Amino acid sequence: MGIEEKLPSGILLTSVEKLSNYARKSSFWGATFGLACCAIEMMAAGGPHYDLGRWGMEVFRASPRQADLMIVAGRVSQKMAPVLRQIYDQMPEPRSVISMGVCASSGGMFNNYAIVQGVDHVVPVDMYLPGCPPRPEMLIDAILKLREKILHQPLGPNGRKMLEARKARGDVPVVAPGAMPSSYRENKARRAEWEQAVKEGREEQLRIENWMKAQNHLSGGVNR
Amino acid sequence: MGTFTGSFKGFGVTFAHMFRKVVTTEYPFKPPTPAPRYHGRHILNRHPDGLEKCIGCELCAWACPADAIYVEGGDNTEEQRFSPGERYASVYQINYARCIFCGLCIEACPTRSLTMSNEYELARDSRQDLIFTKEQLLAPLLPGMEQPPHPMRLGDSEKDYYLGSLTNPGTSAGAERAGGADASQPGEPLSRGAA
Repeated sequence: MGIEEKLPSGILLTSVEKLSNYARKSSFWGATFGLACCAIEMMAAGGPHYDLGRWGMEVFRASPRQADLMIVAGRVSQKMAPVLRQIYDQMPEPRSVISMGVCASSGGMFNNYAIVQGVDHVVPVDMYLPGCPPRPEMLIDAILKLREKILHQPLGPNGRKMLEARKARGDVPVVAPGAMPSSYRENKARRAEWEQAVKEGREEQLRIENWMKAQNHLSGGVNR
Repeated sequence: MGTFTGSFKGFGVTFAHMFRKVVTTEYPFKPPTPAPRYHGRHILNRHPDGLEKCIGCELCAWACPADAIYVEGGDNTEEQRFSPGERYASVYQINYARCIFCGLCIEACPTRSLTMSNEYELARDSRQDLIFTKEQLLAPLLPGMEQPPHPMRLGDSEKDYYLGSLTNPGTSAGAERAGGADASQPGEPLSRGAA
């Protein structure tokens, strides 16, 4: 990129970084890249019921040159891999990739010669989304996590240096950006709960606990 | 004139929609409740005294069409007891980058140790983080439960655990329902053949 690579470390970067990242994350434009059944869920997420328009990204661009987010929705065959890479290369930087569904993430149940075992063999992936296929909420969750991650991304080589220095000082957020489930992040009480649980290393237990509390039919084993 | 009234009709449809109920879900702010049997992330359950239900038989791993489950069995000893009976799972991993949430592992599980929750917010930014280990999968310790390893509290042999399991499921987050208002409390020894 431009000016941020020429400036000495620390000048201008933090605020410009924040502004640029805020602009980036606030309006993703996805490239239309549906490959299999996950694409149906992706379309559903763009429709009125789930409405990705709430985050300014209901338009899936038919041209990769207008897109900055590629949602690889579905299994990538060996024959599709070069096409995928070409579309990725045609997208303007900065760009991100979500690998949607287990097939794109790791090959899923198709552990055979025809399917690329994870799209990260072909392009760098920013967010892995499991599920077969993931429900639209899961896709929205992945997008929100990616937005949070991008908000904290360093800008240029100096920005990366500053981030490393911050890490060396131990000045890192309790929860890594993009690790907290969206429904927890949007709710203040649950967010505090999650942060506390991460400190104790039991965030997955917290999730099960909260889920059990909400299940009335389990009250025999749990809610005494 | 026909076109004039026609366009009124057309815009009327658009206008009427402004007064309809909004269908959009408010997902991250008000998460919807999935169907009770929605296949979400797994839970490894515990007996009412805190011992693990998993016996390390690997049937879930064999049933898995995506080879997402990895189990290594270990032997229980009198000093180091994690589950009633002979064996327990010393390593238990589910790779959520492979798991297709089909539930065949749940059907295969002979002790109802493995069940599914409705949690679905699983996206992570590395494949490493998507491999859930036993620590992440195990159910939390409820009141009256004790962190294993510890000796069997509910009887002399594993039979006492399985015979009483219908009225006292421990954490069995699945289809079992409460046995009744007076179902025995967790941690309380069951009478033999109570079920």
